[in-house]
Formats: sequence, C-alpha cells, structure tokens
Amino acid sequence: MENQIVLRHVTKRFTTKKLGTITAVNNFNLEVREGECFSFLGPSGCGKTTTLRMIAGFEDLSEGEIELCGRLVSSKDQHLYVPPEERGLGMVFQAFAVWPHMNIFDNVAFPLQIRKLSQTEIRERVKEALHHTSLDGMEEVYPSDLSGGQQQRIALARAIVTNPKVMLLDEPLSNLDPKLRESMRFEIKALQRKFGFTIIFVTHDQSEAMAISDRMMVCDMGNIVQVGTPEELYNKPRTRFVHNFLGQSTFLHVVVKGDKVYARGDMDQPLPIPVPPNIQGEMVIATRPNELDLNRTTGFKSRIENRIFLTDTTQYLVRVGDQLLTIQTPHRITFAEGEACCIRFVKVMWYPEEDEKAAEERAKRQTI
Amino acid sequence: MANVRFENVTFHYGKHCIFKNLSLTVEESQILCLVGPSGCGKTTLVRCLLGFIKPETGAIYVGDRCLFDADRGINVPPENRHIGVVFQDYAVWPHMTVWENVLYPMKKMGLPKEEREARAHHALEQVRMTGYEDHLPSQLSGGQQQRVAIARALVSSDEVIIMDEPITNLDAKLREEMLNEIRLIQHDIGTTILYITHDQEAALQLCDIMAIMDRDGSLCQIGQDEDIILRPANRFVFEFIGVSNFFPLVREKDHTYLEAGGRKFPYDSCPAEIFASGKPMEMGVRLNDIVFDENSPVRGTIERIIFLGSEYIYFIRLGDRTIRMQSNALDVMQRDPVAENQEVGLAFLQPRYYEAKPEEVNAQ
Amino acid sequence: MKFGMMQRQGSSDLAALDGKTFNLDKAMTIISFILLLIIVVIPIFMIVYNAFFYKGRLDLEMFRTVVFSKDNISAITNTVIIGVSVTVVGTIIGLFYAWLLGRSDIPCKSLMRALFMIPYMFPPFFGAMAWDMLLSGRGGYVNTWLMTHLGLTAPPFNINSLGGIIFVEVSYYFPFVFMQVVSALERMDPTLEESARIAGASQSTVIRRITLPLVTPAISAGALLILISSLAHFGVPAILGFSKQIYTLPTVIYAYIDRAGGSFEGIRQGAALSILLVFVVTMALILQKIVLSSGSYDIIKGKSMRPTLIKLRGAKYPLLLLAIVTLILIVLVPLIMIFLEGLVKAYGLPLVPENFTLDNFKAIASSKQTLDAIRNSLFLSISAGVLCMFLGVMIAYVVIKIKPKGKEILEMLSVLPYSIPGTVLAIGVILSWSGQLGINLYNTVWIILVAYMARYLSFSMKSASASLQQVHPSLEEAARACGASHTESLKDITLPLIRPAMIAGFFLIFLPSMRELTTSILLYGPYTRTLGVQIFALRDSGQIPQASALAGIAICIIIICNAIVTHITKDKRGV
Repeated sequence: MENQIVLRHVTKRFTTKKLGTITAVNNFNLEVREGECFSFLGPSGCGKTTTLRMIAGFEDLSEGEIELCGRLVSSKDQHLYVPPEERGLGMVFQAFAVWPHMNIFDNVAFPLQIRKLSQTEIRERVKEALHHTSLDGMEEVYPSDLSGGQQQRIALARAIVTNPKVMLLDEPLSNLDPKLRESMRFEIKALQRKFGFTIIFVTHDQSEAMAISDRMMVCDMGNIVQVGTPEELYNKPRTRFVHNFLGQSTFLHVVVKGDKVYARGDMDQPLPIPVPPNIQGEMVIATRPNELDLNRTTGFKSRIENRIFLTDTTQYLVRVGDQLLTIQTPHRITFAEGEACCIRFVKVMWYPEEDEKAAEERAKRQTI
Repeated sequence: MANVRFENVTFHYGKHCIFKNLSLTVEESQILCLVGPSGCGKTTLVRCLLGFIKPETGAIYVGDRCLFDADRGINVPPENRHIGVVFQDYAVWPHMTVWENVLYPMKKMGLPKEEREARAHHALEQVRMTGYEDHLPSQLSGGQQQRVAIARALVSSDEVIIMDEPITNLDAKLREEMLNEIRLIQHDIGTTILYITHDQEAALQLCDIMAIMDRDGSLCQIGQDEDIILRPANRFVFEFIGVSNFFPLVREKDHTYLEAGGRKFPYDSCPAEIFASGKPMEMGVRLNDIVFDENSPVRGTIERIIFLGSEYIYFIRLGDRTIRMQSNALDVMQRDPVAENQEVGLAFLQPRYYEAKPEEVNAQ
Repeated sequence: MKFGMMQRQGSSDLAALDGKTFNLDKAMTIISFILLLIIVVIPIFMIVYNAFFYKGRLDLEMFRTVVFSKDNISAITNTVIIGVSVTVVGTIIGLFYAWLLGRSDIPCKSLMRALFMIPYMFPPFFGAMAWDMLLSGRGGYVNTWLMTHLGLTAPPFNINSLGGIIFVEVSYYFPFVFMQVVSALERMDPTLEESARIAGASQSTVIRRITLPLVTPAISAGALLILISSLAHFGVPAILGFSKQIYTLPTVIYAYIDRAGGSFEGIRQGAALSILLVFVVTMALILQKIVLSSGSYDIIKGKSMRPTLIKLRGAKYPLLLLAIVTLILIVLVPLIMIFLEGLVKAYGLPLVPENFTLDNFKAIASSKQTLDAIRNSLFLSISAGVLCMFLGVMIAYVVIKIKPKGKEILEMLSVLPYSIPGTVLAIGVILSWSGQLGINLYNTVWIILVAYMARYLSFSMKSASASLQQVHPSLEEAARACGASHTESLKDITLPLIRPAMIAGFFLIFLPSMRELTTSILLYGPYTRTLGVQIFALRDSGQIPQASALAGIAICIIIICNAIVTHITKDKRGV
C-alpha cells in the first residue's frame, strides 16, 4: 500500500496577545496509507484540529511540507500552497456545515455543479450518494427540518459525491447523541469499505477512535506521543499520559527492592508482580480497573474498602499499601464491603514518576 | 433533620396525568435518588414539593410540618417552605458575589448578622469554596458555581435539600468529583437529600435508596442499589438500568425454545413455571452476561469484533438477527481467542424472564 | 436547626389560602394594556377616524382632494424616489464595508468598525446643515472656492437637489445594513464557507453562492430599516429641499400644519396625508415579509474558530484608503464643519481664524428661547427615558414572564409605533390630546412627552425583553425557595439582573429624544421648543452660525452620553 498523506516536519506556531507564541504543532512526521482509517486523538489544544486544517489547506504551515496522493500541496521551503478547493478532498465538520438555504439535493449537487458536470450526471450521482447515506427520496427537504444525525448524513453525502480519495472528518460525531454516534461510526466504516477512501478522523473520544481506526496517533501539547494500532496503543502505552487517556487507568506507586515489588506504605507483603530487568527504586505501575482479577484465593491479600454498583460493573476500592486501587468486576462477582479478598495483577505497565510541570502546561493550553 | 413525605399526590397538566396517588417517603438523613427517564414527572414532583405548582390531591410533609394538604386547604407558599434547592443550571445569581449569594437566604429568614456570617463561612468551607467569597459567578467554573449553589442550599435548610439534576451540565470527570463531594457533605451534616436524575449511573454512585419512576409517573421499585441491580422488580427497571438483549421464548411439547432471527434454539435451562400464566414470555440478558460456550446449543456466527480497550464488543448473527455482546477485557485475555466469521456457542448468565411487551409480540 | 421558622410559622398557613394576597402580576398586566391603549391605540384610531370622518359622518371628499392634488403627488414621487435610492445605495455601501471588515485582512478593523458606527449617533439633519454650508448652490464654501479658483461660472455641486438629499441620507443610514451584516458574518459558522471550499468552489463562488444567501435575512432587515427611516424622514429634505421647493410626504405634512397655524382643517389634511405615508411604509413592510419568507437560517457557529480571512494582497492599501476617505467624508467633514461654522462671525465669511469668535456661544447662553429649548429637551429626554425604562420593563415582564392571554397583542402594540413615521405619530397625538377627547395638552410640554413615549417605548421594551429572556426562571425560583416572596424576588433578583439593560434602555431613549426633530416640529408651542426645533428654527431664520454652535453643543452631549452607554454595557455584573 502506498502512503497517501505524508507530513514532513510540519510545524505550526500561533502568536496570541495573551500567551505569546505557542507551538500548536511541533515537527509532525506522519505517513497515512491508502485506504486506511487513521485517527488523530488527543485532549483539546493538542494540535489535532490544527493539523487537519493544515492538510485541508485552511492554515498555512510555519515549517515543513505536506504531500497528498503523491503531490506536494503545502511547502514552506518552496512557498507552495494549493488552495483547499484544488486539493480534491472530502471533509465533514463537527457542526455539520450543511447550507441551510439549499435543500438536500442542492447541498449534495453543489460540488458537482462547481465541477460543471451535466445535469443528468449530477442527478444520477446525487441519487446514488443519497442512497448510500439512507436519504433516499429526501431531495426536496431543507436541512432545518432534519435532525442532527440526518444533517450529518447530508454532509457525508456531499463529501462522497465527488468520490474523493481522502476524507477528512473533524469530530463529525460529537454533536450527536451517544446512540446515534455509535451507529454513525458503522455507517462511516461501511462507506469507507464501499468507496475505499482514506480517512483522517479527528476526535477527543478515545473509544470512538479505537472503534473506528486502523491506526491512530495520540498527541499531546503539540507533540506526537505514539502512533500505532488501537491494540498496540491500548495494550502498550508508551507513557502514563497515553495509558490514562486511552481508557480508565488505576495507578499504584511502588518501590522495587531487588526482585520484589512493594506498594508504597506496605513493605511487608510484596506484590505478586514479576520485576522486569533494570528497574529499581520508586516507580509507578499502571493497570486498568477491569484487568485486575478480584478473587478469594490467589494474589495480594487485602480487604474491600468500598463498593459501588455501576450499570455495567461493580466497582470496588481495595487498599494496597497507602493507596486505594480501583477494581471493576461484572455484577455476577460479588464481594461485600469489608470482606477479605485477593488481587491478581494480570497486566501492568511500568512508568517513572511523572513531573508535575507537564500537567500544568496541559491545563494552560486548554484555555486557548 | 426531618423526613419528607408525599401522600397520595396527584397532578395533571391539562388532561395529561403526570402522576396519580403517588406516595413516597425520604427517611431522615437519607439520600434518595428519584430516577426515571426524562418526561416521567420527577421534576414535576419536585416542583410540587417546592410549592411552585399545586397538586390536586394528597398531602406533602417535611417532618411534622404540613406544606400542602388538599383536603385541609393548606398550601404554604414557596418562600415559607424552607427547603434547600440545587437546580440543574445552578441558578447562582450572577449579580451577587459568592458571599452575597450564600448570605441571601439567611437574610430572608432574618437571622442575626453574626450567625449568618458564621453559617456562610461554614457552608463555604464544606463545599471547599473558602477564598472565593468576593468572586462573581461569571469568574467561576461550572463546577465551582455548582458548589456555591450547594452552599446556598445548605444554609437555606439543614433539614432537606433537593437536587434537580445538579451535575448534568458538568463534564464526566467533574461529575464524578461532585458526586463524591455531595456524599461527603451529606455524611458530615446528615441532611436529608432528595436527588432527581435521569442518569442511573449517577444515582447508583450517590444514593442510599433509589426510587425508579416509570414513564407513566408510577414508582416501580424503591430499594438499595444492590436490590435494583441484582433484583430488578420488573422489566422497566431491568431495561432502564442497563442495556440488554431480549429473546422470545416458545414452549412446545415440554421443551422450551429460544427464538432469534427466525430460528429456534433449545433452551431447557429455563424454568417451566414461568409459562404458568400462559402469556408469551421473553428472556432478557445483559450484554456482558452473554459468554462463549462451545457446548451451548444456541449457535451463531461472529459478524464483527470491535475493540474498545476496556471491553470487546461482538456482533453475533443468529439466524437473520444480529445481537450484541460485550466482554470484559480480562475475560478475553483469559480465554481462547475468537475471530470474525467463526461459529460460536452462546450461554446466558443471569437470565431474567418477563412477559413479552404487546407490541413486540405483534412484531414477531 | 429550626431557624427562621418561628417568625414565619404563623403567617405561612394564612398566606396559603389562595387568592387572598394582592396580585402584583395581574396589576402589571392590566396597567400594560391600559398604557398601550392610551399612547398607541388612541392616536392611531384618531388619525384614521379624522381622515375619513367629519363631524361624525363618512367624508371621503377631503381625502380625495388632498391625495390627488398635483403638489402632493410630486411629494409622494419624491418620497418614494428618495426612499428607494437611499435604500439601494445604502445597502450596497453597508454590505461592501461589512464584508471588508468582517472577512478580509484589512488592517485596523476594530477602530474602523467603531468609526463606521458614528453616523448612527448623530441626527442626519446636522449633516444636512453641514453639507448645505459646503455645497449649496451659490453660498456653499466648496462651490465658491471652486468657482473662484477654477473660474467656473456655474456652481459644480448642488446639494439642494434630490441627489443631494439622497447623498446625505445614505451617509447616515448605511450603518443599519453595515451593523446587521457585520454581526451576521461574525455569528456565522465559518465551516459553512470552508465546506464549500472543500467542495471545490473558489473564493468568489463561495461569496456568491454561500455567504451572500446566508446573510440575506440580515441584509433585508437592515435595508428595511433604511427604507422606513428614509420614507419617514423629515430633517434632511426639510433643510435641503425647502429652498428649492422639493417636498416629501413628511415635509409636506409639516407645511400643511404650519400653514394652517393650528386650525383643525389643516390638521385633518395632514391626517389624510399621514394615511398615505403609513400606506407607503406598510408596503415596504409587506415587501420585506415576502423577501424573508424563505425563512431565517440557523448560522450560529459551533466550535469557536476564526474564519479564514481573505487576503486582499495588492488591493489592501487602496481599499484601506477608500475606507478612510469614506470615513472622512461621512464623519469628519460634517462634524468639523458644524464646529467651525459655530465659531464664525457671520454665515458666508471665509473660515479663517480672523473671523472666529465665541459670540455665537455667548448668544446661546443669553437667549432665553435657546436656554428654554435646552431645558425642555433635557426635561423631555430624561422623563421619557425614565418613564419608558420602567414601563418597558413592566411590559416586557408581562409579555415574557407572566404570559397572559393576549400577550401577542401587547407585544405587537408596543413595537408598532416603531414602524409608524414620527410625523404621523405627531398628528395622531395632536388629534387625540387637543380637546377632541376632552383633554387638551396642545402647546404644552406634556403632549411632546406623550409622543416621545409612544415613539420610543419599543426601544426600552426590546432591550428589557432581550435581557429578561436570559434570566432563567430558576433564578427567581431559587430566590423563592430561599425564602423571598414573589415581590422580593423581583426586587432582589430580576430587577438587578436586568439593570444594565434598563440603563441601556434609558440611553436608547434619552439620546434620540435629545436630537428629536420630526415629531417635535409638529408639536412645539411658543414656550415648548426643543433643542432640535430650536436649531432648525435658528437656521430657518438665517442665524446659521448660532444654529451650528447649538448643534455643536448637542454633539458634545451626545458623545458624552454615548461614552457612558459604552461604559455601562461593558459592566461585568450583567447577565
């Protein structure tokens, strides 16, 4: 498979009165393959939307270059800039951006009219696009009479009608209610299978990104933190940030002494976790509430401090040293508050203690 | 401290009956979450309690104070009911500072100045807003505004506080934090809290007792979280509290079959007594109570697997119906891997049996 | 624990009995209806009645003669020509500058935006006075200068013409479209335009096919404001047109009443013409309804994002220059001219320092008539402002919070006078309050006050409604639950919350009242001249430098008050 979108040393700096110069996107190098669904994932202010807008051509680059389908479209060094209308992209926006003064037919026909296709061909292709987005027979309806989900379908129809090779989706589902959001994910994937376009999907919702992507990139404060498949990122997060951002995390401060691991505040009972080579002293281990096995026979002996029923799971707080570990189990496994229990650590990740500065920086950027 | 009692309260909007002869008691120092889908009448009930609308029948008491009694013609105006309220949109007065907001209810009660200030300080301390006295609400975040609203409710009444969806406008993280805080504050003071929400998750995290309200304004079940989750009283509660699959059951010649997508699977683990009434029955099961079991006669094909991190979602085709099941990541790690298009057997843990809904019988 | 309950326990059960308490809501509703009946319904009814009935009998004869007289037909034609031309030209200019400031990368945007609003503050007849001094046929400074220096025999410009009237009105009315469109462009979701770029449309196609259609409702709302204002406008055609016998409907009505010297026949003829003016304005309103029938769109933005600005590149500085020249012409030149003329010893003398004097200001300070006019205007503006501020809040509260039966009528009645030309309103007020109904206020300051209130009530009512709509019911309910009675919650919560809107409402009425001319010119009596009337009268009697000096003082008052408004509306305590 070929690389369809290539970013080389892409950097974007903004200057604002309040915060001075901010590097919104710092030296992004990225290759997105043909036919792939690639997500940009990160908290607000991480640079994901800015990167998408640079690919679309709405923002200039401060440094670097962008290649689309083998063609250079933006380059700082060569002073090259291809305007958005000549990049041959499809794009769907968060706020739908369907034109309220046009009916559905005119909305979807607009890109074809711009390309000066014949009336019959336009009618043909609009009909097909509406069919693929389940909007058959709604040509005459105006967007204001439709629900959010239907408006987003119009936007999808408008994007696929020109048969673009690359589709940019800028948080297209975040204005929809949760149920609809999930079914639209499937619709988008089905359209991709049908038309074979490459998708760049921007979102701050990790479960959405994991459900839809072939590969994804997690970025934070203008830097790429990790790129990989959802499983790679979820199962082997490179940093604590990625661990915490992709799903629920529960962290435990530990002390490693020789080949034994102790929870901070309890140097008597070692944790039943093998120590990887070259690790000593104070560390953080990260695991997930539902990857801890709570049972009555094997593992670290402790006591249930607190129990809360959630809709899908039961959540227990269990004391480990001077910390409380969150564990979630299906409802069918029940412990009472105060009951003795054992914890087995099925999968853990090791991280050094994080410094506080990074968190502050993140908070500051989110206010932009 | 005082309890709150609704006795046979009825209310109509025009001809539309919101609730009829509703009785509910919130015991002293208890957090009762009234949970129900939006539009079920929970907010109407609260407005009856606050005195903004007048029920047609029944009586409402806080402790031994009668706030409303249709028969005796008693209807205390809102300002004399002395109930603390936290509204969904905070309703913190934007033209007053935090300090002025919290002092206002006590001013209206005519408390002496020293007592007012002492109580205001204490309330702000409890919601961890000390140091923000001179701030205007516009200078505070949503969570902080909500804290001010809680402080204001605390000083208006230490008997009863009503919270009407107070955290819906906050983001997920903050929501959790606020719930914990409400619990802690309640723990310290022992105020009776009536908490209204459509979010069963929040209710589960907060309450001592949950009351589930159906769409027609009737109370289906009142009980502890454990009862509601493990022993739902009826199908509405079961469906409302989590996502499930339902399968029609067929009884033929002493055997029970489970029907899915036009096919029948033997399902004899189901107790035969449930057919005693002769009505069509259904089996309901939570998404994560469906597990793979090679020995089960219920067989389907995995259509798609979606990895969501903490869980895997499987779409499984049974005949021409696709059902959904959900597996905990831990379970997935500990069993043989499955792949798309593979045939699998399905077993149902903790199934529940209910009468089929009339419209579903027709649809079948 | 049972704090506060002791004091109130006794009273609470008493108050529980329904219907025994004084009902504030009901009282406010009734007062609102009566008030609008008096200041709006009666004058309108009196105009219609008197135009068609005489001594209790239907009489169409007078109406026919007045309407079909040759002079009046030409006045109608002029009114329509001026109205339509001002609307078309004003809309185009407003649109152009709105786009330039809203979507291009032209520098100094916020400053220019503020400057483009300035004409909106001043009464157009000040501009007419200034331009008359500069460009009038023979006497205008520019004309004489050009004639002497270029050796021309005829003056190159003539402001005393239809074209001149149109020019001056355009320069004061184009901000209506400008403001509407700029704010629509700002509110518009930039992705609506971006998605068209992605669809393959070039920048100019996007403007034509997406941006323009989406701001059409804003354009037509602004254009209609221009049209109605221009059709009903008195000052500019009066100042520029009288000398050349160019009449419009409002000026011809004034002429009738003036000539009749208060006789009933003259007023009746004025009423007949008023019907005609109302008819023209109504047609304009219907036209707008038709244009807007395609519906208003939801173009509010989702994510906050800066729209991509269009790079003007080479055209940047020429366009900036054009904008600056426009600003100098419409803002600076008239203002400077008014101030300079106010300093000059006699009209016609060259504007050089040797001819400057403060005598005009001294004359103003010593003329009892002028001082009276200032005092009258201050009294009228403050009273109208204060009264309308409270009444507007009351009506808005009734319409928005109490929602009684017939609230639509209430709402309609309170905004109706806004589209009734001031001239017409004045005649209605004369007919109602000069004895026919048993109350005679003619020649007193009260009749002007009633007219001002009818004319401007909608301003404060709109400002208060917008603000009240933002006061969520739960804010009042929270106060009730905290122990405040209904009246107390109004006083402690609702009123303080809408205070900025009330103060803004006061100035929205105070400012136009200070410079009002159209209505006052028909209502003033020997001792009840207003500032506008006095400036107009001074100029009419040839005392142009003194009129300018007085206008200069008025300008200063307006600027100071505007600064106060800006300061208040920035108040952070607002909702």
